Formats: sequence, C-alpha cells, structure tokens
Amino acid sequence: MPDYSLSYFYVFVFFGTGAVFVAALLTASGLVQPKKKTAEKLRTYESGEEPVGSAWGRYPTHFYIFALLFVVFDVEVIFLFPWAVLFRTFGWYGLVEMGIFIFILVAGLFYAWRKGALTWY
Amino acid sequence: MPVGPFGLDPLVWAIIRLIVAVVLVVALILNSSLLLIYLERKTQAIMQDRIGPYHTGPFGLLQTFADALKLIAKEDVRAGQTDVAFFIAAPALVFTPMLASYVVLPFAPPLVGADINIGLLYLATLGSMGVLGIVIAGWASNNKYSLVGGLRSAGQLISYEVPGILSLVTAVLVVGSLSMVKITESQTGPITNIFIIPLAFATYLVSALAETNRTPFDLPEAESELVAGYLTEYSGMRWGTMLALTEYGNVVVVCSIMTTLWLGGWNGPGVAAVPILGVVWFTLKVYALILVFMWVRATLPRLRIDQLMSFCWKILIPVTLLNLAVTAVLLIAFPTTLLPVAIANWILLVAFVVLLPVLQQRRLRHLRARLRERTATASLAS
Repeated sequence: MPDYSLSYFYVFVFFGTGAVFVAALLTASGLVQPKKKTAEKLRTYESGEEPVGSAWGRYPTHFYIFALLFVVFDVEVIFLFPWAVLFRTFGWYGLVEMGIFIFILVAGLFYAWRKGALTWY
Repeated sequence: MPVGPFGLDPLVWAIIRLIVAVVLVVALILNSSLLLIYLERKTQAIMQDRIGPYHTGPFGLLQTFADALKLIAKEDVRAGQTDVAFFIAAPALVFTPMLASYVVLPFAPPLVGADINIGLLYLATLGSMGVLGIVIAGWASNNKYSLVGGLRSAGQLISYEVPGILSLVTAVLVVGSLSMVKITESQTGPITNIFIIPLAFATYLVSALAETNRTPFDLPEAESELVAGYLTEYSGMRWGTMLALTEYGNVVVVCSIMTTLWLGGWNGPGVAAVPILGVVWFTLKVYALILVFMWVRATLPRLRIDQLMSFCWKILIPVTLLNLAVTAVLLIAFPTTLLPVAIANWILLVAFVVLLPVLQQRRLRHLRARLRERTATASLAS
C-alpha cells in the first residue's frame, strides 16, 4: 500500500471515530440519566415567556451578502494554496498572474464596500 | 517481504499504530478539555482576584471531573418543537471535524498520526466544517435565540476564515510546503517564523480567537443578549460535547497550528538527541498560547456585531492581502535571504499596531462632528 493512501485511511478512520465516539458518549449518558418529561420542560425556551410562533421565519439578508463575499474569497484562497507551494518555480510570471487575480477580487471587495454591503444595520 | 518496526508485518504494524493513535487522541481531547476548563477557571479567578475552584480535590483539581460526571448523569431535554434528526446530529457534526484535525498535528518526530502532504489545507478545510454543525444546531433548535446565534456564528466564522487562511498562506510562502512535518523541520534554528513574519502571526491570532468563538469575539453565545446562542436548547452531555469538548479541542487545534507554523513546533534543545522530547516542547508552546487566549479573555470586553464584521472586512482582510503581496514580492526579489521579508513584516506590524487607534480616533471624530451637525439642524428646525 502506498504511504499516502495509508495516511488518508487514517483520516477516514478518525472521521469515523468522531461520530462513533459522540454516539457512544450520548448513549452512555442516555442510560444513566433520568427522563421525566413535563410540558413546561419541553417548551421552547424564551426567557420564561410563552414562545410566540416558530423561529423558522424570515431573517435579515446581510448574512447572504457576507456569505457571497466569503465564497468569492474562499475560491481565491483555494487558488492561493497551490501557488504558495510552487511560487518559487513560477517566479515573476506566477507572481504577476496571481497579482492580477487578487487585484480583480480586491476591486470587487472595494466595489462592495462603496455600495455599502459591508455596513451592518 | 518488507518488515516493519518490531519485526512485524507492515500492515499489522499500521493497524496497531492506528488503534494507538485513535485511543491517544480521544484520551488527549477528554483530558485536555478537563484540564483546560480548570485552567481557564483558575486563571480567570486569579486575574479577577478570586480563588476559583477550591473544594473538590487538592486545589480544586477534581472540580471539572465532577462537573463532567454530573453532565453525563443529567437529563438532556429535547424541546417539542425541534427538528429531531438535525438536533441529534449537530453535536457529532461539530465534534468530528475537530477530532479529525488531530490526525495531522505534529506532536514529536515519532508522534504524528499521518503526515499528509496537504496537511495545512486539510486543517483549514476542517476548520470551516465546524460552522456547518453550529448553523444546523441553531436552525434545528427552533428557538429564536438559537437561530440568531447560529446565523451570527456563520457570519463571524466564515468572515474570519478569510484573513486566517491568508495569514496561513503567507507562512506557506516562506516555508514552501503544506506538510505539517516539513513546516516544523524548516524551523530547526532559534530563528522561527514568528521573527520572520510577525504580522501574519498577529493577524492569525486575531482570526483564531474569532474562529474558536472566544472573547472578545464570543458573539454567537453572548449571554447578555442571546442567553447561550446556538446552545440555548442543548443540555446535559449534548451540551457538554458541543461546548466543553469541541470548543476547548478547537482551541488546542488552532494553538497547535500557530505553534507549528510560527513557533517551530516540536523543535527545542535536546530534541535532536531524544526525539520524543519534542512532545514536551510542543505542549509547552501550545499551553503558552492557550494562556494568552485566557489572558485576552480576562482583559477585553465583547465587541458589537457591526464592529466585528467591519473590523474583519475593512481592516483585517486588506492588511493580510497587503502582507501577502509584500511577502511574495520580496521573496521573489531576494530568493536567497529572508532578511528583507522580516524587516518589511516588522515595519508593517508596527504600522498596523500604531495606525489602528489613530484611524479609529479620526473616524470617531468625524462621526461625532456629523452627529453634532445633525442635532444642530434639528434644533434649528424646531
């Protein structure tokens, strides 16, 4: 077996362990804990008030704007990682190329800034 | 036929090694969260001139152990309105990425779970996966506090991800590898990366505080506004898994990343002769950083959500991008020496620290002048 596929096998086992560990811990806790359900206990907590309606409604759109900006910059970062490893081989050519790429994104950020997308109401 | 260590078949050895690694990591997470909660309570107490945990065991050392036992034996209430499947899945969804991060952390030369060649990218990916569990927890609770907490957390975590990863990329530019072991091995001398790229360390420290939901960035669970944020409906061991285990586990992970990238990881006196000694140095460095986190918590008050977001997008991201550009240009221009990068980075760090309050004061003066103008015109109109 090549060494790197063994490494990724380790990674998958760790992912599995995480899920199994949480399941085992909660099951063990479920075996020893008391279970006395009352109507008050099962009501959604709202600082002692009677909850009005469900929480699954509309919420502000700022979160979407920031999520969109995040997607833009996260894609940028994905390009940055391979470049950062190999940028000594690419030299000035790669640097200029990456500079243009980052410049376009920064122009986008600046546009969003001027449009007021970064202001929180 | 190849023979592995101790004369065992390589495959058998790999499986034994895997089991040992899994057991060690689970034990490490459980113990370190128990210890860190005690340490946190004790340091906060000392800084606030209190005594802290005192009665259970010597110096109160068994206090968190007793708390953990109490949590396991406590009823975990699931309110009637929740989305059952997601509510139950959320603790595992925040815990699993945190546990999987430990597989690439280089504790000592012979103590690395798996030396993946893209280790740092893997850690960055897992760091952003934690957000999913938090948003799902907030949504599934069907509680207004939880939903607001979950959404705030999503906004905060994804925003601070960007400057955090940009700082990591700056360090990768200097080192030239994504493997955690190679990054550590590149810093054997006393001059570790913190002396070469201190600004990247500072920006990563800030985003790491935000990524782990610690004060002054603990808005997702701001108890004075949101009860407990996305954790409001969680109780018992579900709460314990999400808060105690995952949060403190994540603190250890980000401090380990900082130790590896900037403080030289396991390197220290005596490691060349006795490799296992690396664990001691690694642990000491990680705990020093964790104490800095606790010190910050005792010192700084919480930010407002608009301050938090504008600090990230208007200051931190431009600064990290500038730092990245300057570092890249200087590394290409002077391929043989790191001295110009170090000088530029120290100048940038000093400029960042000095200019930040100046800029803030100018902005406040401007805002106050505008407010005075507005009230003056309003009183004239009336």
